[in-house]
Amino acid sequence: MLDTMRTLFLTFLHAFRHRVTIQYPEEKPYLPPRYRGRIILSRDPDGEERCVSCNLCAVACPVDCISLQKAEVEGRWYPEYFRINFSRCIFCGFCEEACPTYAIQLTPDFEMGEYVRQTLVYEKEDLLISGTGKYPDYSFYRVAGVRIAGKDWGESEHERPPVDLRTLLP
Amino acid sequence: MTSIHIDGRTCPTRPDINLLQACLEAGASLPYFCWHPELGSVGACRQCAVRQFSGADDKTGRIVMACMTPVTDGTIVSIDDAEAREFREGVIEWMMVNHPHDCPVCEEGSECHLQDMTVMTGHNTRRYRFTKRTHRSQDLGPFVKHEMNRCIACYRCVRFYRDYAGGDDLAAFASHDNVYFGRAADGTLENAFSGNLVEICPTGVFTDKPFSGAYSRKWDMRGAPSVCVHCAVGCNTIVNARQETVRRVLNRYNGEVNRYVLCDRGRFGHGFVNAASRIRTPLRRINGQLVPVSTQDAMAQFSRMAARGPVVGIASSRASLESCFSLRVLVGADRFSTGQSRQEQDCAELGLSLLRTHPGLIPALHDMESADAVLVLGEDVSATAPRLGLSLRQSVRQASFRAADAAKVPRWMDAAVRTLGSECSSALFIATPAPTDLDSIAQETFHAAPDDIARLGFAIAHRIDPAAPAVSDLVESQAALADRIAMALVAAKKPLVVSGMQYGSPALMRAAAGIAAALATKTPVAALSLVFPDCNSMGLAMVGGLSLDAVLEKAEAGEIATLVILENDLSRHLDPAVLAKLTEAVPGIVIIDHTMTPLCETACLVLPAAPFTECSGTIVSQEGRAQRYFPVVFPSAPIQSGWRWVQALGQHIIVEDEAASAEIRATGLTDWRRMDDVTLALARDIPVLAAAVGAAPGADYRLEEQRPRNEPHRASGRTVIRSHISVRDQPPPASPDTPFSNSMEGAYGPDMPAALVPYFRTPAWNSVQSLSRFQQEIGGAMRGGDPGVRLFADLSSDQQDNRQPLYSYSLDIPAAFRPQSDKVLLLPEGRLFGSEELSLHSPPVAARSAAPALGLPAGDVPPGRVTLHLNGGVHDLPVQEIAGLPEGIALCPPHMVSRAFVFPCQASLSTADGKGKRT
Repeated sequence: MLDTMRTLFLTFLHAFRHRVTIQYPEEKPYLPPRYRGRIILSRDPDGEERCVSCNLCAVACPVDCISLQKAEVEGRWYPEYFRINFSRCIFCGFCEEACPTYAIQLTPDFEMGEYVRQTLVYEKEDLLISGTGKYPDYSFYRVAGVRIAGKDWGESEHERPPVDLRTLLP
Repeated sequence: MTSIHIDGRTCPTRPDINLLQACLEAGASLPYFCWHPELGSVGACRQCAVRQFSGADDKTGRIVMACMTPVTDGTIVSIDDAEAREFREGVIEWMMVNHPHDCPVCEEGSECHLQDMTVMTGHNTRRYRFTKRTHRSQDLGPFVKHEMNRCIACYRCVRFYRDYAGGDDLAAFASHDNVYFGRAADGTLENAFSGNLVEICPTGVFTDKPFSGAYSRKWDMRGAPSVCVHCAVGCNTIVNARQETVRRVLNRYNGEVNRYVLCDRGRFGHGFVNAASRIRTPLRRINGQLVPVSTQDAMAQFSRMAARGPVVGIASSRASLESCFSLRVLVGADRFSTGQSRQEQDCAELGLSLLRTHPGLIPALHDMESADAVLVLGEDVSATAPRLGLSLRQSVRQASFRAADAAKVPRWMDAAVRTLGSECSSALFIATPAPTDLDSIAQETFHAAPDDIARLGFAIAHRIDPAAPAVSDLVESQAALADRIAMALVAAKKPLVVSGMQYGSPALMRAAAGIAAALATKTPVAALSLVFPDCNSMGLAMVGGLSLDAVLEKAEAGEIATLVILENDLSRHLDPAVLAKLTEAVPGIVIIDHTMTPLCETACLVLPAAPFTECSGTIVSQEGRAQRYFPVVFPSAPIQSGWRWVQALGQHIIVEDEAASAEIRATGLTDWRRMDDVTLALARDIPVLAAAVGAAPGADYRLEEQRPRNEPHRASGRTVIRSHISVRDQPPPASPDTPFSNSMEGAYGPDMPAALVPYFRTPAWNSVQSLSRFQQEIGGAMRGGDPGVRLFADLSSDQQDNRQPLYSYSLDIPAAFRPQSDKVLLLPEGRLFGSEELSLHSPPVAARSAAPALGLPAGDVPPGRVTLHLNGGVHDLPVQEIAGLPEGIALCPPHMVSRAFVFPCQASLSTADGKGKRT
């Protein structure tokens, strides 16, 4: 009898405790920047697409929901199309980890519900943002020793100018 | 039995190889760069360091370069040794000092030997803090992309390009840290094998330029074992595709045929399958226009056409055996034509019968590399069968191998053997009308008209075997040359005679066969090889049929109501006037083809066939090797393989005609469900082709109770690749004609049948260098046996018994050629790029094909352009001087000036100022 009364009392006390549940969607929780939500493609500090279409995100993806095709303008690789099927995505973040150029990033946005599955297929236009995302300074093409429009051989970081093959000096 | 001890493990091996090769054959993972099984060792990269111990008591040992150390019985080595590992890691670290770190935007990434080796040595942190040395890269033409900063200076490229393939426009420049591999100036790489640099280079310095335009990583691409369709040699290839488009062609090792090397026509000629000239839907002529129609409509039209009278079928030397055979079943053997002019067909039949009666050896390409005396009689092999030409180039090295053996230098010690070889004489003799690419390595060359070359050939045969007929009134210089060549051939252990049908001269082939037969009286391995024109010329010659001239006779007699033409552009075989006669005499023409040809202008009905990348098929190479290709792309509905269209036509004859119906049903044509059924029926019907069934495992084949997979296990994008069309997943494409799963699921391994290997990869070895894991011994046969079956050459033991007691030499010796004052003898100029039909639809090959010109003997050249009067047509052409071309002969690239020209023929020339030619 006493035990029953005690249980009832404890349950009654909980009614006056601080609430953990928040009133979503009226009230929104704080999510840290490293939260793994909707995937975006970022741009480098010069405003160019960061994605160089190396396909590492696609191969890292455990559910195979990323597909892209390489295209090239004057040595600069970029994706002709970049497609993510979010109805398959499990937000594991492997793609972000695999990306050698910080192009693909996961954001704290998770509100992606749709009634029609087909609308969960995001193309490059849906993914590409106009900023640098979490990494404001990095630009792959400044580091990698390939020639692109506006940057000749030997003009990347840590590079000497091209050697003169016809010189006899050591 | 030789054996070595690797890290305490005893491994059986063989003598005459180096330690690196022995370690790799034993399954060990030892990094290397500069060694290549076909190029030997030079010890340039210092990467394959191991510790070798002099005996069981030796605990110190010493570091040696495995590739420069011969195997001796009981050798004790350690790959795992700490100091050796540190040495290898240090070497990689140096190599990476100047590497541009651009793997994400490098076409080699995912199949890069440098990546594999870096991971294998364990180097992962960059300690070097200073600036990198850089180079400017070059534009090397439409085939190969150059990015010199990725170089690790292994010297493989120049060793392949200069020493192996005989090119001279790629070289090593500068010294020490600055060493540079490229051309003296920007420009197209001229060698016919430049595309192999893509596979030879262990890094991304040389990459495939057309592939870069439709790039995909190796792990993403479906592969199909395939066979090159751009000449009759039958090189094995891998066709890679993604998203139902063909991306590239790679070499597929066949120890007997192409081994490690493909020619550029084979590697870059596949573009016709993606070209705008592809036929993708049935077309029907309505009011003079070809209009896309449904398959039902097309078939209904065919039923009406077939009801009008007899149907005659024309096959093609570029269609598969199955397609040709199905057409023969549909129309009956007496109404089946091979689609070749009488002259072409006579040559092909003669070639086949000469090979079958040849008492010696019919060599595979690899056998030719070990021939120690070669005579090329009237065929420019470097243009008509480029890979064969490369094998002949290797045969010249036999003398240097003998010298190396005498000096006790191992044959794989490449630099030493080549230095020895520079003093050895070559035993290659070339007799052709025009200079060829091989002339520079030949001991002697002879440029004359085909008839004179044939006379020389008969004279050589007579000198070897007096039973062969003698040639009367031979010029003294030619008689002396015949003596020299005969002596060299008789002295050889493995003599080889090569000829072909490039010049359409039966006398040439008979002369070549005569020499080979005469040699066979001295040595049983006397070899004869005849170059055929197309990928399935040999198979078609074995099927047999009417010539086009016979079809024309039938047509003019009104015996043809409908002509079914299978994958054949008759405008390449018949003069325009003759072709017009044929098309006028036939009321209905049905064309089954994959590519729009000028002939389609005459067709009532055009049906879209699948090219070699989209269906299975068997073709027979010129050495009588039946080989099968498999589909890599699965086309949507109206496109289907040639034999399925023929079967559909058969079903619609049945609908229309009761009598024909019973006849066709009896043949079983309508019961075929998959390609294996056709191949089996073919084997029953044509006994000489019975063995073709075994060219590759059938569609029922299972490996470890599963279908073999043809996509790498890590192919990406499965759930998204077509989700822009529909988000619902689709099953992988299925085909009853192939054993493959067409997905990443299924069995795969180095022991699978070699005819089914869709790509080369083993754990830790992602590049093509993983091939060594698929071979029984490096440079030997594939673990699953070399692909393909020889249809007649392996019968030599039976032939020995059944052979006629005496080979009957041809007595048909032509008269000597006499230049005429008012006409020239017009001969075809073989071209690597341009004269072959399908490869010309490939943009990079089209970019390499030079504009046609008329070749005239040097010193006799009128300035400016010349007008060529040929078969009633008039062609205005620039003139090209050809040094060494004999008097009275002109050279013209076939099919480029006049679409069809029957050669040899007499033509007259005139210059722009109106003067008659040749004065």
